[in-house]
Amino acid sequence: MSFMRHIRITAALTLATVALLALCAGLVTPYSYAHQFRDLPGAAPSAAHLLGTDALGRDLLSRLLYGTRLSLFLAPAAALLSTLIAGVLGAVAGLLGGWRERFILSIADLGMALPLLFVLIALRAMLPMDVAPLASVAATFLMLGLLGWPSSLRVVWAATRAIRESDFLLLARSNGSTSLRLILRHILPNLRPVLLAQFWVSIPVFILAEATLSMLGLGVMEPLPSWGNLLRGLEDFSAITANPWRIAPVVLLIVVVVCFQLILPAQEELA
Amino acid sequence: MIRGAIRNLAVLSCFLIGAPVFAQSGGVLHFCLHGEPKTFNPILVDDEASENIRYLTGGVLIRLNRQTQGLEPGLATSSRVSKDGRSITFQLRTGLHFSDGTPFTSEDVAYTIKALMDPQVHSPTGDAFRSGEGAIEIKTPTPDRITISYPARVSGLERLFDQVAIMSAHSPKKEMAVLGPFYISEYKAGSYVELKRNPNYWKRDSQGHALPYLDGIHLDIQRNRDIELLRFERGELQLINRLDAESYKRLEKDYGSSARDAGSGLDSDFLWFNQRPGAPIAESKRSWFRTTEFRRAISAAINREDISRIVFDGYAKPAYGPVSPANRFWFNSSLPAPKHDPQAALQLLTQAGFRFANDELRDKAGNRVEFSLVTNSGNSVREKMAAMIQQDLSEIGIRVSIVTLDFPSLIERMTRTFDYDAILLGLVNTDLDPNGMMTVWLSSGENHQWNPSQKTPATPWEAEMDTLMREQATAMADKDRKKKFDRVQEIIYQQQPFIYLVNRDVLTAVSLAVLGAAPTVLSPPAFWNAEVLQLHPPTELGAQK
Repeated sequence: MSFMRHIRITAALTLATVALLALCAGLVTPYSYAHQFRDLPGAAPSAAHLLGTDALGRDLLSRLLYGTRLSLFLAPAAALLSTLIAGVLGAVAGLLGGWRERFILSIADLGMALPLLFVLIALRAMLPMDVAPLASVAATFLMLGLLGWPSSLRVVWAATRAIRESDFLLLARSNGSTSLRLILRHILPNLRPVLLAQFWVSIPVFILAEATLSMLGLGVMEPLPSWGNLLRGLEDFSAITANPWRIAPVVLLIVVVVCFQLILPAQEELA
Repeated sequence: MIRGAIRNLAVLSCFLIGAPVFAQSGGVLHFCLHGEPKTFNPILVDDEASENIRYLTGGVLIRLNRQTQGLEPGLATSSRVSKDGRSITFQLRTGLHFSDGTPFTSEDVAYTIKALMDPQVHSPTGDAFRSGEGAIEIKTPTPDRITISYPARVSGLERLFDQVAIMSAHSPKKEMAVLGPFYISEYKAGSYVELKRNPNYWKRDSQGHALPYLDGIHLDIQRNRDIELLRFERGELQLINRLDAESYKRLEKDYGSSARDAGSGLDSDFLWFNQRPGAPIAESKRSWFRTTEFRRAISAAINREDISRIVFDGYAKPAYGPVSPANRFWFNSSLPAPKHDPQAALQLLTQAGFRFANDELRDKAGNRVEFSLVTNSGNSVREKMAAMIQQDLSEIGIRVSIVTLDFPSLIERMTRTFDYDAILLGLVNTDLDPNGMMTVWLSSGENHQWNPSQKTPATPWEAEMDTLMREQATAMADKDRKKKFDRVQEIIYQQQPFIYLVNRDVLTAVSLAVLGAAPTVLSPPAFWNAEVLQLHPPTELGAQK
């Protein structure tokens, strides 16, 4: 137990360090993530560029830190949105039952049956063209949040059903509490451990989903960096063997995702 | 003793008879098709894989020499186009046979042309011959002579026959009986196509030796370019017809002279602005996009040299206009080379009423100049180009948003909804003659992308281009046609409706084991002379350091 606690503290500290570095990107690196040093495309690490430059001559460290800022902060936002949707709908379905339950579960099943990637591609194509890169990335994560709730909903719904016949709910009902009050005052507080677990589980999922979208060229738009579009530079395997420092985004992605996974049980225990 | 001598003599004579006069290297050449051939019927060919097979197996009346870009006699010893450009008469070679032994006569040519022009068949190759309403007329006075008359003049008529593989009218094997250097001996869907030497091929080399030299060609169907490259490096393949710059660079580094750069090709990458009147874009933007100075300024602000050097590792050249210098006859060499000049760009913009202050460009009404540049997702080369254009234009105060869309969505916006500001795309050009681009340059054309399908030309320069394109299509002498098309190129250079960026080099890989390879910029670049390719004895497959 003590060992696991150490591991969790280390994971939390690692995440905090990464987040801090990303927040202070402007202090850590003097370069803009977008500036192209056209005399130095694909340069190896040097004192001027600690992680070298990408194929267009942009400083990789700057891009990695700014990309981390986007991925690391927008993914939790999307996870929060999807968990909230799942929490409310799951509680309504679990508490009310009947046609409402069937309707909500059918929507969730439909959502899970649809290939998320294709839905995202279709929605991306419908977005207006003249959006700023930052708005585009926010839209991408918003779409992820709005479409990513069905799997969490099933968990929340099952947990709600488990407490639906509990004594405290029976008492609240007998006191004349409305369904809304039951959900807000009694069910959601009791679902907190489940919701927290879903929130932590969703973060790495959304980080990876954004990475996949950007790998396909449909995520974060140039020149904004994200882990996804940084990973695109690794498509050519021979380039990696020749320039091993280019795997830095992969290493960071793995570290962050693993850290999120390690922190998760701690939340359950706290609850 | 005598019996032994006779036996030895018999063995020797058998050997002498059996051995070819010229010690052909034989062997089977291995390379890849990048997709499943959709058809083996030469008149229905509409995809690259089928086209490659047609090239290797089909016998044509006139062949375009991919190296000299001149026409050469094929199955016809001579051809003559009538003065009105409607008829063509061929004098055919005699004594030729299809791969299955069926004799070749003018009947076969008549049969092929009828099938080609049959509206029920919908032949993509035949479309180029459809010049007007009415039926074609075919006369075959003798088995070695044929005259084909079209209802209206067909521009570049002789050259079009390079794509027409003659089929047999009488062979039970139908289109599988061929007159080209190879015939299809085996096909396994999704796996490979096996070609074998056509024993009845008519052509001989300068020494009188029968062609082709190779015993056959094994074409693996392989879509994955990385696997293709890996197999070439392993020695399992001896040829790669087309390579991207990144793979080429890697191959050149590891395998030196196996990597072959044929030079600047016909394909080009370019961008254009949406000038369509009803398009759902802001009126201020439409006004910028219709301003010649604006388009010329954008062109001057883009650093094409940097794009060539960084995105294509130097394996591309800055593009002058719609015709690549690789197209020797039609290229207008008097056009000035494209020059990166942000100051000139700002001057042009100032002339047009734009104001540059605080690193921002604004129009007369004070609107910030910004637009979205759309390209197809998943194409890392175009995405890099877009990122470089974005930085170049930021230097003159223009903000560019890059939008990548999946290809169907892009085409939808480009051709139906017209909901875009600017698009960055490329054009794969296989036709040397400007008539192949009629739908692009005529204002009524569907592919006149900046403002397609106009009822009447929207601008005087488009009207002039319409006139010139029609005149060059009807002019008889190539010199006159060239003069008119030179002027079209000048207009495009001055107006920049398409802002041409680069012409990519044609990059191929040919193993050192292959003799006689001479890659060219015309398709198919690496095996256009397959009939004279040989495998080096002793056959060492694949790339050699």
